[in-house]
Amino acid sequence: MTTAFGANAPEAVNNRENWGGIRMSDQKEQKADRTVDLLSEVCPYTFVKSKLELEQMETGQILQIHLGNSESASNVPRSVDLEGHEVLSVDQTEPSHWVVTVRRA
Amino acid sequence: MALNDQQIYRYSRHILLKGVGGTGQEKLLNSRVLIVGAGGLGSPVSLYLAAAGVGTIGIVDADEVDLSNLQRQIAHGTSDIGRSKVDSAAEQIAELNPDATVEKHPYRLSAENARDLVAQYDFIVEGTDNFPTKFLVNDACVFASKPASIGGILRFEGSTMTILPGEACYRCVFRQPPPKDAVPTCAQAGVLGAVAGMLGTVQATEALKYLTGVGTLLSNRVLSFDALSMEWRTVRVKRDHKCPVCGDNPTITELVEYEQPACAIRPGEGISQTRDEHQLSGVR
Repeated sequence: MTTAFGANAPEAVNNRENWGGIRMSDQKEQKADRTVDLLSEVCPYTFVKSKLELEQMETGQILQIHLGNSESASNVPRSVDLEGHEVLSVDQTEPSHWVVTVRRA
Repeated sequence: MALNDQQIYRYSRHILLKGVGGTGQEKLLNSRVLIVGAGGLGSPVSLYLAAAGVGTIGIVDADEVDLSNLQRQIAHGTSDIGRSKVDSAAEQIAELNPDATVEKHPYRLSAENARDLVAQYDFIVEGTDNFPTKFLVNDACVFASKPASIGGILRFEGSTMTILPGEACYRCVFRQPPPKDAVPTCAQAGVLGAVAGMLGTVQATEALKYLTGVGTLLSNRVLSFDALSMEWRTVRVKRDHKCPVCGDNPTITELVEYEQPACAIRPGEGISQTRDEHQLSGVR
């Protein structure tokens, strides 16, 4: 299911109770400066489009990435990390919905 | 964001690259590269730059496609024989990538037009088959403070260097064209077609590195390879303060055109990459 997210994601996507991602930090919930809906995208375009978003942001800003498949949920955080950004959390909020929160380097 | 969805997909493998990204891709789309010679080297250079999304590609070549070109000049096809090379290359580029606009210059680069022409571009790739043009491109780029890749191939070998303003120029390494009798004719020399691809892709890579700002350019170095042994080597060179064109007291202050080797101006020969010795390999 593709959802159009505004500047702030719905509370539900920040729910960590169903977390099944590969890593999760103890960082407090961060308000996203930007949110990108990539639920219908697959690799490598999930990372390509995440990177394009990050390029338009300022250092220290928070990007929330919504992903719709497990391959992307494992690849995007790794690729974002290799680019030097900080992956704050990876949360699985629904069976086919992951939320990756990144602080731009 | 200047990139549209089609462009994000088309250039996704560039965008993925660390140091390139969408920012680098936009730089390429806004770049202007001049390719001197649409032959063995100019073919892969123009095709890779077009595929990479270099927005404007100028091509200088006065020649028409000859059957003997097709063994290596992959921007042209059998049905292009007799057509202008700039037309033929422009057509293939348009098919490859509509983002790339070709500016056709269907004439010889000369002392009269070289400086104005190079001044219109961000980077110049020289891939002709003759020394006079290599010196002309070098001098024009020095005068106009433009970066360039100069390359040459012959038989199984290729050599290239990248010149940047303030760094070693072609004339710092090679003072003037070699004596004519030292240069094999087109009929004598020959070249393995794929060697043109090997060197042309090195030159295209240098252009893309310069335009995106990634990596270290092949400046103050001459790269040469021998495809027979597949040995590659890099020789360090440095700017010569006594260089007649870029030195402290230059003696060459205007563009000069050296006489073409005899076979270059013989009609019906099919001007081709095979003709001349590439002086860049003279440093070995």
